[in-house]
Amino acid sequence: MNPALQGLITIIVGVGGCVAYFYFSNQVLDKVLFPGRGPNAGRNINRANAIRPWLFLFPAILALGLYLAYPVVETLRLSMIDRNNGGAFVGADNYIRMFGEEKFWEAVRNNFLWLLIVPAASTAFGLLAAQLTDRIGWGNIAKSLIFMPMAISFVGAAVIFKLIYDARPEDVAQIGILNALYLQFGGESPITWLTVPFWNNLFLMIVLIWIQTGFAMVILSAALRGIPEETVEAAIVDGAGPFQIFFKIKIPQISGTIVVVWTTITIVVLKVFDIVFAMTNGQWETQVLANYMYDKLFRANDWGVGSASAMIIMLMVTPILVWNVYNARKEMR
Amino acid sequence: MDNIAGKKSGLTWAVHISVLALVLLWVFPTLGLLVSSFRTGDQITSSGWWAALFPAELNETLRTADPDDFRFERDGVFVVEGNLYVVDGRVESADGVRAEISVWGTSSRAIDDFVAGETADLGDGEEITVQANGDYIWTGNDDQISGRGQRVFATAETPPEFTTNNYRNVLFDPTNREGMTRAFFNTLTVTIPATIIPILIAAFAAYALAWMDFPGRALLVAAVVALLVVPLQLALIPLLTLHNAIGIGKGYLGVWLAHTGFGLPLAIYLLRNYMVGLPREIIESAKVDGATDFQIFTKIILPLSFPALASFAIFQFLWTWNDLLVALVFLIDSSGDTTVMTRQIVELLGTRGGDWEVLATAAFVSIAVPLLVFFTMQRYLVRGLLAGSVK
Repeated sequence: MNPALQGLITIIVGVGGCVAYFYFSNQVLDKVLFPGRGPNAGRNINRANAIRPWLFLFPAILALGLYLAYPVVETLRLSMIDRNNGGAFVGADNYIRMFGEEKFWEAVRNNFLWLLIVPAASTAFGLLAAQLTDRIGWGNIAKSLIFMPMAISFVGAAVIFKLIYDARPEDVAQIGILNALYLQFGGESPITWLTVPFWNNLFLMIVLIWIQTGFAMVILSAALRGIPEETVEAAIVDGAGPFQIFFKIKIPQISGTIVVVWTTITIVVLKVFDIVFAMTNGQWETQVLANYMYDKLFRANDWGVGSASAMIIMLMVTPILVWNVYNARKEMR
Repeated sequence: MDNIAGKKSGLTWAVHISVLALVLLWVFPTLGLLVSSFRTGDQITSSGWWAALFPAELNETLRTADPDDFRFERDGVFVVEGNLYVVDGRVESADGVRAEISVWGTSSRAIDDFVAGETADLGDGEEITVQANGDYIWTGNDDQISGRGQRVFATAETPPEFTTNNYRNVLFDPTNREGMTRAFFNTLTVTIPATIIPILIAAFAAYALAWMDFPGRALLVAAVVALLVVPLQLALIPLLTLHNAIGIGKGYLGVWLAHTGFGLPLAIYLLRNYMVGLPREIIESAKVDGATDFQIFTKIILPLSFPALASFAIFQFLWTWNDLLVALVFLIDSSGDTTVMTRQIVELLGTRGGDWEVLATAAFVSIAVPLLVFFTMQRYLVRGLLAGSVK
C-alpha cells in the first residue's frame, strides 16, 4: 500500500478511533450503565462521575505503561539474563562483563565530561545572550537567530559542523573554517580535529552547546523579565554598577530557573546519541553511553550488556527524576 | 533602566557589539551549509564558502576551440574566433560571461604578460587577442593554426557564482538513487500521524488530571512527571520485541505508535499545566447549566487550550522530523523504501563524506521544513517551552 495513503488512513483511524472511543464510552456510561434518571438517579450520577476520569485516562495510561513504564522493568530484566542461554538468570554477570570493558569506561568518562561542560556552557551562553538581548532594540531578532539551531536536527547539525571541522591536504585551500583560521594564525599544517583524542570530545560538545544555548536563553530571558523592577532600582539607588546588579541582584533571583534549565539540558546530554553517531561513531575515544548502548544492542547483538548500559543511563537520570517529582508534588499542594 | 544611573553610551555600544558577535557566531555554521549547497563541487573544494560571497580573483587555464574543427580562412590567414569561457563549457554563450579578465599570458611562466584587449605576438605572424570577457581572435598560417587549441592563462575577477543544480539533482532527478525526494516523503509520512495522534489522547488525559476529582490523581501527575525524563533508550529492545511479536516490527505503524508513546508525557504535562490555569468559573457555571464533562471538554476546554495544543504540536513535529534513533530502530527495511531523511544523511556521510555539494544540499533539504515551522510558529514554541520548564 502507498505509505502516504497508509498514513492518511492511520490518521483517520487513529483520530476517529480516539473520538469514537471517548464519545461512545461516555454514552455507554451515562445512558446504559448508570442512567441519570429513574429511582437511583442520584447514586448513578455519582457512580458515573467516579468512573469517568478513568475513561478519559485509559488510552494515555495504556500507552504510557506500555511504551515507557513496562520497558524500564523489561530492560532491567533483560540486563540480568543471558539470552543465548535460553534466558537464564545470570544476576550481575552482564554488568560485570560490561565493567570489564575499556570502551565502557571511556564512554562513562566522556559522558561525565559532557555532563560537566555542556549544561554549564549552554546555560552561561544562554544567560549572557538573554541579558544582552533584553537591553537592545533588535533583541528579538537576535534572539530568534540564536534560538534557530533548536529547530535543526542533530544529524543536520552534525553535517554543518563536519564542514566546519573539515581538513584538506596541506597544499590545497582549506574549506573548513577552523583549519582556515588555524593556518591563518600560524598553524603549521591542517588538523583533522575530530580524530584528536580528548579534544575531539570538545568539538562534539560544541555542536550540542550551539543547539541548546537558544533554549537556555529563551527560558532565562523570561525569568529575567520577571524580576521585580524595584529590586534593581533599589540597587541602582544604592550605587550598584551594572555587573553588581547582574551578579548580586538578578542571578540570585533567577537561581531556581537556572537549576531547571541546567537539569533539562543535563537530561538531553545523557541521551545524546545522534551527534556522536553521525560524526565519529565513537571512534577516536569519543564514545558516549547512548552510542555504546546502540553498538551493543544492534551491532554486537549483545542484549545483556546493551540493557545493562541502558540501566546505567537510567540510573544517572534517576536523581533528576526524583527531584522533578518532588518539586511537582510540592507545587500541587 | 540602567539609564537612571546616567551612564549609558559606552556600555550600550559594548552590548550592541557583543550581541552582534554572538549572533554572527550562531548563524555562521548554518550559513556555511546554505551557501555551500548553492555551489558546484569544484567551487566548494577550490575555496572556502566564505570566499564565495565576494568576487574572487582566480588564475585559470583556458583553451581556444580546436583549430581542426573551427578554423576558417580570411584574407589569406587562418582564424579561430570565439570565447574562452564558452569553449570551456562554463557558459552557454558569450553574453553569459560574468568573469572579467584583467591580465593574461600564453605561457605558464608568464601568465600576466598582457592586459585584456592587447594582442600577443606568438612569432612568425601568429597572433592572439583576448578581450576582458574572454572573446579571442587567433590568427596565423595553416601550420600555426592546427593541432590543439592555444592555451591562455588568464587572471580573472569572477563575481560570486551560484547554482541551483545541486537541488535539482537531489530533489528532482528520478534517476539519482541518492535523491532525497523519497526520504522527504517518508519523513513526512512518519511525522504527521505521529504528531496528531498523541494530541487527542493527551488532551483527554490532561483534562481528567486537571479538572476531575478522583483518588490517585496526584500520584498519576507525579508518574507523568517521572516518565518525562525516562530515556527512550530503555524502550528500544523491549518494544522492538513486542512489535515483532504482534507483527508491526518494521513498518510505519510501529514508528507511529512509538512516537505517540514517547511524546505523551510531555503532551500531558504541557496540556495539564495549561488547563489548570483556565478560569474555574467557566467550568463551574457550565456544570451548573447541566453540561457533562464530555461536553465541557469538547465545547469549552479544547477551544480554549488551542495555544497549548499548538505548542505541543510544534514540539512533537520538530522532534519526530529530526529524530534518528527511533527511525533507525523501529523502521528497518532492507529495500530502502522507508528510509527517512536523517538516516539517509547519516548514510551519505559514510559513503559521500567528501562530496559537500551532495551533503550540504541533502542536509539543507531536511532542515528547511523545521526552520520554516520554527520561524512561522516561534511564538507558540516559546510559550510551550516556558510552560514546560519555568516553575
